[in-house]
Amino acid sequence: MTRPPMADLERIYRSLRLIRRAEEEVARVYPSDKIKSPVHLSIGQESIAVGVCDALRHDDIVSGTYRGHAAYLAKGAPLDRMMAELYGKDTGCARGKGGSMHLVDMAQGVLGASAVVGTTIPLAAGFALALKREGKGRVAVSFFGDGATEEGVFAESLNFAALHRLPLLFVCENNGYAIHEPTAKRWATNRLVERAASYGMPAEAVNDGDVLALRALVIRLVEGMRAGTGPAFVEAKTYRWREHVGPNEDFEAGYRGRRDLEAWQATDQVVRIGGMIAPARRAAIDAAIETEIAAALQFAENSPVPDPAQLTTDTYA
Amino acid sequence: MPDAAPRALSYVDALREAAAQEMERDPRVFVMGLDVDDHKGIQGSTKGLVDRFGPERVFTTPLSEDAMTGVAIGAAQAGLRPIHVHIRMDFLMLCMNQLVNIAAKSRYMYGGQVKVPMVVRAMIGKSWGQGAQHSQGLHAMFMHVPGIKVLAPSNAHDAKGCLIAAIRDDNPVLMVEHRLLYPLIAEVPEAPYAARLGEARVLRKGTDITLLGISAMVPECLRAAELLREIGIDAEVIDPISLVPFDRAALAASVRKTGRLLAVDSAWTMCGASAEVAAMAAEDAPGVRIARLGFAPTTCPTAPSLEHAFYPNPAVIAARAHVLVRPDAKTWRPSPEAERSVTGLNFKGPF
Ligand SMILES: Cc1ncc(C[n+]2csc(CCOP(=O)(O)OP(=O)(O)O)c2C)c(N)n1
Ligand SMILES: [Mg+2]
Repeated sequence: MTRPPMADLERIYRSLRLIRRAEEEVARVYPSDKIKSPVHLSIGQESIAVGVCDALRHDDIVSGTYRGHAAYLAKGAPLDRMMAELYGKDTGCARGKGGSMHLVDMAQGVLGASAVVGTTIPLAAGFALALKREGKGRVAVSFFGDGATEEGVFAESLNFAALHRLPLLFVCENNGYAIHEPTAKRWATNRLVERAASYGMPAEAVNDGDVLALRALVIRLVEGMRAGTGPAFVEAKTYRWREHVGPNEDFEAGYRGRRDLEAWQATDQVVRIGGMIAPARRAAIDAAIETEIAAALQFAENSPVPDPAQLTTDTYA
Repeated sequence: MPDAAPRALSYVDALREAAAQEMERDPRVFVMGLDVDDHKGIQGSTKGLVDRFGPERVFTTPLSEDAMTGVAIGAAQAGLRPIHVHIRMDFLMLCMNQLVNIAAKSRYMYGGQVKVPMVVRAMIGKSWGQGAQHSQGLHAMFMHVPGIKVLAPSNAHDAKGCLIAAIRDDNPVLMVEHRLLYPLIAEVPEAPYAARLGEARVLRKGTDITLLGISAMVPECLRAAELLREIGIDAEVIDPISLVPFDRAALAASVRKTGRLLAVDSAWTMCGASAEVAAMAAEDAPGVRIARLGFAPTTCPTAPSLEHAFYPNPAVIAARAHVLVRPDAKTWRPSPEAERSVTGLNFKGPF
């Protein structure tokens, strides 16, 4: 695979690094109790959101999960409004009413996330149905975890999307676990790609977290989708570095070993792509990211909390 | 249990002990549900069961609540006694078809040929930004449907008795468990005992008003009663424990005595358990003054400033009770100091 031009690499690095550092800051702030929201960090999994979103147009649509900071940021939604949401502030992307599990930014094409696993997969299909009717070549992407593939709606949505040739890319972020339960205790076979393919759509896996390989694959698949060939499926293997929910590591719990973490850290895409960029350029990008994060935290700290009168607003449209 | 020595146990430990004792007694009893066998063991309520009873009787499932509910129903009809565990009640919405259309109706629509002795345990979450989909009290949806029993114990003693009764019952039984009750400690006899379903408990005797709390609102009502005592209002506090079947007689006896009822639920009021309680009181004791409290009529927000206003608390309950008892007095709120002295259930995250 040929290496993308430097401008692309810098953009990809910037996105990877922003997500990594922003979530590290969330974890750092967390013990202060300023964030009163369960946080499901994507640290270690950033390359999927970034590899996919960098292959999209700005007017495409993505749908993420409660582990959604990465998809939200990779699609270009603003960090300060995410931080404010975690802080329960009025300036948050959901006005302090959704929290970390329900990030949303319709203007940036980030559909609202759900804390009920799998429930947003058919919603992305609904958006894809509308995009198909619109006929401008836009596509939708549905991100979900390996656990979500066990829900009935996963199978039902694959079938419907294939039946209607919807411009929908299914992206399974397979980190090997649903909370603490490994796929071996939940799946009779690992042949997820085959399962998806049997509905009648291209289906491929990226097994090593390679952000550039994933991006190249998505560029290829999405090209066809824009032309009306119908949905496609990607299984992106990855690894969650922190606990399922919360800011810490959890290797002492015994359900998985630190060895696995070390293997994934050895191919960390933030480090890898950073290494492709000249040190001075990289330092400038890093510095800009730190400034952005500091400003976002300031924004969250300084923003007002929602007025109690807002308790019932938006219950109905 | 006159022969059992007093012993303090938390709600969560009482649940686990009940399951273990019943599994010991009856090999047909088994536990299934997402994460029941991991190191956290559903906040501890199933912890260690897999080590004791093995993975055939204690197992996690795929994330497939709809199908897994059907599996539990089928296994129950086949003669086993499943306990299907959900870490949030919100996830029961994926089980609705199986529970409402099959579990509740099989006995009747198959002419008595089958029974469905299954338990569904479901937890209501609160605080720490649990938010829209991890905080709902949806028990009224199940109360609505004949064929399912609904239990909502509020203390460790009743948690054990209810779970044992649920396991031994030949019907589908929903256990409503509020997360904030889990650490609360009560006296719990060690020997197994089954609660008598449909028997309420008067937790505090009083003459001026009946406070009926549901689940986590029981301790909040007890705290409200303390606040009311300071202004000379003597509140009776009732815990129905079992919502279906419901102890109508106990409710009627109490409201006939006090003439006033405030029903407080860990859920919305619209078509909720509190609405049903109010209706029963109105039918059985005409003339009684009635009010209800529950979640604010909106989606649960995550921002603490809004979340605080979403839930009833002892001060709000006491203030509402005061209006019922002394409608002509000027409005009263407990003093901030008094309020703090009985601060309601609190939780420090993360989950
Ligand atoms: C329908 C439903 N069932 C159970 C849960 C509890 N739960 C929250 S996250 C999770 C694991 C999901 O695993 P996966 O889809 O692989 O996503 P990951 O967390 O690994 O990113 C579970 C079981 C839930 N939120 N929704
Ligand atoms: Mg997973």
